[in-house]
Amino acid sequence: MPEPTTDVIQGTLDMLILKTLSLAPMHGYGIGRRIEQISRGVFKVNPGSLLTALHRLERAGWLDAQWRHTENSRRAKFYSLTRAGRRQLELETESWQRRVTAVTRLLKAEG
Amino acid sequence: MTHRSAVREELDEEVRDYFERARADLIREGMTAHEAARVARHTLGDASRAREDLRSYGWENALEATLGDLRLAGRRLRQSPGFASIGILTLALGIGASTAILSAVVPILFAPLPYPHAERVVMLSDHNIDGGRMDVTFGTYEELAARSRSFGALAVADRWRPALGGLGEPERLIGDRVSAGYFRVLGIAPRLGRNFEAADDTYRGPRVAIVSEGLAKRRFGSARAVLDQPIVLDGNEYVVIGIMPAGFENALSPQAEVWTPLQYRAHAPFDSGEWGHHLRMIGRLAPGESVQRAEREILNIAGAPSADFPRPQWALFENGLRVESLQRSVTSAVRPALLAILAAVLLLLAIACANVTNLLLARGVARRSELAVRAALGAGRGRLARQLLTESLLLALLGGVAGLGIAALGIDAIVALAPAGLPRLDAVRLDVPVFLFAVAITASVGLAVGLVPALSGTREDLRLDLQSGTRALGGRHHRLRRLLVVTEVALALVLLTGAGLLLRSMERLLETASGFDATDALTMQIVTTGRRYDSDDAALRYFESVLGAVRNVPGVTDAALTSQLPLSGDFDAYGVVFESAPQTTPDDPSVLRYTVTPGWFRTMQIPLLRGRLLDARDRPGSAESVLISESFAQRWFGEQDPIGQRVRFGPEIGRTGGPWDTIVGVVGDVKQASLALEPPAAFYVAMGQWTWVDVVQSLTVRAHGDPAALVPSIKHAIWSVDPSPPIVRVATMGDLIAASEAQRRFALTVFGVFAVAALVLAALGLYGVIAGSVAERTREIGLRAALGASPLRILALVLRQGMTLTGVGVALGLAGAAVATRGLATLLFGVTAVDPLTYAGVMALLFGVCILACSVPAWRAARVDPTIALRSE
Repeated sequence: MPEPTTDVIQGTLDMLILKTLSLAPMHGYGIGRRIEQISRGVFKVNPGSLLTALHRLERAGWLDAQWRHTENSRRAKFYSLTRAGRRQLELETESWQRRVTAVTRLLKAEG
Repeated sequence: MTHRSAVREELDEEVRDYFERARADLIREGMTAHEAARVARHTLGDASRAREDLRSYGWENALEATLGDLRLAGRRLRQSPGFASIGILTLALGIGASTAILSAVVPILFAPLPYPHAERVVMLSDHNIDGGRMDVTFGTYEELAARSRSFGALAVADRWRPALGGLGEPERLIGDRVSAGYFRVLGIAPRLGRNFEAADDTYRGPRVAIVSEGLAKRRFGSARAVLDQPIVLDGNEYVVIGIMPAGFENALSPQAEVWTPLQYRAHAPFDSGEWGHHLRMIGRLAPGESVQRAEREILNIAGAPSADFPRPQWALFENGLRVESLQRSVTSAVRPALLAILAAVLLLLAIACANVTNLLLARGVARRSELAVRAALGAGRGRLARQLLTESLLLALLGGVAGLGIAALGIDAIVALAPAGLPRLDAVRLDVPVFLFAVAITASVGLAVGLVPALSGTREDLRLDLQSGTRALGGRHHRLRRLLVVTEVALALVLLTGAGLLLRSMERLLETASGFDATDALTMQIVTTGRRYDSDDAALRYFESVLGAVRNVPGVTDAALTSQLPLSGDFDAYGVVFESAPQTTPDDPSVLRYTVTPGWFRTMQIPLLRGRLLDARDRPGSAESVLISESFAQRWFGEQDPIGQRVRFGPEIGRTGGPWDTIVGVVGDVKQASLALEPPAAFYVAMGQWTWVDVVQSLTVRAHGDPAALVPSIKHAIWSVDPSPPIVRVATMGDLIAASEAQRRFALTVFGVFAVAALVLAALGLYGVIAGSVAERTREIGLRAALGASPLRILALVLRQGMTLTGVGVALGLAGAAVATRGLATLLFGVTAVDPLTYAGVMALLFGVCILACSVPAWRAARVDPTIALRSE
């Protein structure tokens, strides 16, 4: 039985995109699918938010975009991580871990 | 822009790529191609919002989006030319008319005069018996100048119309003879040269003049060329001692170009000209003084006569003097007309606002389904609002530009049409803040309201709209639109009533008897100049020769001269005493004086009622005979026979010995100041028998056929006697009568134009509402037709709807008109503000136009195909 889906946690979409792209360059649709797959369908990516985020990250200089021809002679825009994007991913991961640890500790606290 | 559009294409391509991949995946997962496309497109709804969001990044995107909005807005307006043209026209009318009128009226009525501390500059006038204003005597001025402490400076001015001689054609100038402090009261000094000093303003003092920059440039090339040089005025040399600055506005007589010292005698005897009520007095209040305090002080001075300043009976100023701001004083005559016009334009502006609002409301409602579609496709509310705003702003911009054109034309028209007496006309120019105000008010009201329907609904509502078309919506907006139309009709009725009353007044006025026959009568003014006519004998001989020469012009049947011409703006009145009661001056001393040649009554066709006319017996030296007007006889003699009674007028009154004048006849009344006023008492004396011979005479000629054709030969005849006197004010008596009612005519023209505009706007508004309602009720009407309603009944159904709105508007408008037209009272003549005929006519007109406006949509409704009811569900 699949787990119930939910929107991506507010503020984490950027991090998830950066993480996904740290593995391989990919186009927008692929990124969305990959996030859904890896999260085992827990996260459902809203395409509007995704495309918006991609462009924002590109403008911030964390992503590089490149048009590539695909199998059926269409063009697709492939995104890849820049050096700055990699550093940003590290920062965000670190900060995320900190927050997760803190939240977990709070939830486990007794008495 | 190519870069921009490339970016957009890439964006579109990316979205398309996303869509294709999603669809392909869905098919792979087992969906049918059709289903897959649907689901993919559903997710894409969000993607296209992303596209919008992406585009709004950065300023270049914002600019691009704005330009895109503008292009889209332009396209939309072009797609609905009816909406666009009516909208632009309405805006242009509202903005143009109100800008023009406000630009003209505000400076005239409200802007301070261009003097330092203009609020302290006041006009002082004596009280007439009927509460009117009366000019003051020199003696009163002398006394107040010496005794009053309320004023920093006081001055008096007398009209002066010298003929400029020397080089070129003789020209009659407009000017003032002023006491030395005149320019100090106004607070403006000559730009070049010097001001008048007390030494200039002494009896038989030096002949000096100050001229305007305009006159210096026009006649002498430049200010420097004429400064300290002599110029010839009325045959005498005057030294130009000063040049007024170019922008100097002489509020007392705006056209004045030359000033000279008054040079009156101090403490003149009572029978001298100094004691006539003929001077306009102005003053500059001392710092800290007020109009009320000044009036009180003058009243105190009046109550405490001083032996140093003896006063004759007619200059006791026992009720004090009226002190009022110069601004108010110079505009008092035109104030009622201008205020009425101001009110009219505000009504028109309100109608224009209502119409624009109505239009945009209708359009907003009609576009809700379009907006719903776009919202469903992911356009944000802000984005839609911006698009609508852009459209409305574009409309306002186009309307504003057209309005600016109308305003410019309107201001030119106002200046051209303005009655000659309209003060401060020089200050009238297109007022940019006023224009912006008009644009802002007309546009913003419409814009704000136009946005409401688009934004009022939640997204959920919009989705409903999408399903239902426009049918189910807008009950609230319909009520608002009906309310607006009712308001428009009501306001239009008020304007129409005003115009109707003015029109009826004008008709009545032109029907009233002037007391003379104006047909085929031509008139012109001869201004004798120079020392040649200093002696009365010479002047008399000259005028008699002129009369002889004019009578010999072929085509001329009759000719006569008069010192003042009816309905020409001339005003020359004197006090009277009767031999039967020599010590008492009658209450109202002003009796109009006409010094005429004996043929005057025949030429003007003024009837003799009693006694005899003036004739060859009434020569200088012989006993003085006078004719009196009918109202004179009624007022002071009643049933008594005035013939043989003896009187003295004006300058003769102060005389102790000497003969009295004998009344030899009574003639019909003649209107002098205006057709609308009761004819004032008047007396007539033969030219040679008055105390002096007037240097300015009006020639009146009666001729066969068109008198205007005779102008050149008559002028030639006059100049054959002496080529030097300027001939001015050449006009037919008919022209003069028309001009004498110029202010009324001006108000009538403006009201007429506005009323027609209001009628058209209201009709358009009504048409819009009814047409919209018919369009929305098409199915219902089809159903009725299918159930057997005849086209006639449907026609009646729609017409009734329109007439109900009109009826409510008319009812409200009648109430409004009854109140508002009271403000017109001073402009009306011969009709009351509740004239039933006017109201009936105006209502008939309004209903007629409204029926016309409704009949087009009603006709359309009557032809609705019954099957439409079945088809469109």
